[in-house]
Amino acid sequence: MTNTDKLETAFSEALMIEKSLIIDDLTYQSIPEWDSISHMVLISELESMFDISLDTEDVIDMSSVLKAKEILNKYDILF
Amino acid sequence: MNLGELINTHQFSLNSDEKNRFLLPLVKDLNQFHSEHCSDFNKVSEVVFNGKDNIESFDDLPFLPVSIFKNFDIKSINDADVFKVLTSSGTTGQQVSKIYLDRETASLQTLALSKIVSHVLGKARLPMLIVDSKAVFSNKSSYSARGAGILGLTVFGRDHTYILDENFEFNESILEEFLEKYDGQPFFIFGFTFMVWQYFYQSQLQKKYDLSKAILLHSGGWKKLIDISVDNDTFRQGLKEKFSLTSIYNFYGMVEQVGSIFIENSLGYLHCPNFADVIIRNPLDFSVQPIGEPGLIQVISALPKSYPGHSLLTEDIGVLMGEDDEPQGWKGKYFKILGRAKKAELRGCSDTFKTNFA
Repeated sequence: MTNTDKLETAFSEALMIEKSLIIDDLTYQSIPEWDSISHMVLISELESMFDISLDTEDVIDMSSVLKAKEILNKYDILF
Repeated sequence: MNLGELINTHQFSLNSDEKNRFLLPLVKDLNQFHSEHCSDFNKVSEVVFNGKDNIESFDDLPFLPVSIFKNFDIKSINDADVFKVLTSSGTTGQQVSKIYLDRETASLQTLALSKIVSHVLGKARLPMLIVDSKAVFSNKSSYSARGAGILGLTVFGRDHTYILDENFEFNESILEEFLEKYDGQPFFIFGFTFMVWQYFYQSQLQKKYDLSKAILLHSGGWKKLIDISVDNDTFRQGLKEKFSLTSIYNFYGMVEQVGSIFIENSLGYLHCPNFADVIIRNPLDFSVQPIGEPGLIQVISALPKSYPGHSLLTEDIGVLMGEDDEPQGWKGKYFKILGRAKKAELRGCSDTFKTNFA
């Protein structure tokens, strides 16, 4: 799986949405499926998928799919 | 200093002079903004406070009673910009407060809360034990204020583990497994104060557990515990004796000022962060009380932009315990809460507002 595949799988499983909806512009709380509860599910999916530990500020900053990619870049996960 | 810079300062670092220099101008700007964008706030400000526009100190700021958010829909933004509406718990039969947030205010609240919590927990998200049941979220569209409080704190932890089962029964095996998994590592416990006491401290345990690596944050008020004669000292002493748990932080906050929380300092009192302040007012004439004299707690915060919640008179009675002299070097005011104001004490306040603002 490429990193993009992994990211899409994590988003799609955590938010329970179709992979086709996962585009860079998708933002936190812009759809009912991405609320504060599923956000924390998403964080743990990403952490186990990429085997990393995200800091508090990353959890708070992750306001869109694009932002998620930028944050993961800091952990040497490139897209 | 702008608001973002103020939130990002090392918390509890500003003394009285610095708060006047950096926090007061921001709160004055907010006050002006709400006067211009919220006609209800402007009316109160004009009628009750004689339209004060020469605000020279925090004491001069107009304040709204928190109950106003129960009776009126008050906001300083257009309907189209409403991003989220927070509601208070409220006991049965009571009206709930409605707080209107736009994206900016909501994200400032999250950022501010994270600055205070990470001040005591650190940057990394620790394994988190929650003294509650997942059942508080069973109705997702309208979970309780308790559920919302728990969710707000889950950001700061990982592997969120609820130690009460679906029927709110304490489950010792969950605690045991969690402690085995994170043996010797620091972890984070969160719960509402009375839940921690009744469902955790008072639970019957088969074994003895060492929670000396844990950091406990708890909130929600003491009312239920005062009724059974448990105060902060008893609470701390009990947890220390039973679990060797000593890193304990109570905090005080409200739905009307989410993000502005007052957290327990080394003296056991609640401490104002850099972006918030408190004033204690005499319930009879609303004059400002000095250190040591109890009164109604007025909370001031630089965060509320979408609704006029920057200066609120609560229904809690408290007393200022000191300012700028906390032994570990935390600057700013600190106070303690004595309890809820009696109806009679609040009547004077609400009469003043009703007479002038009907």
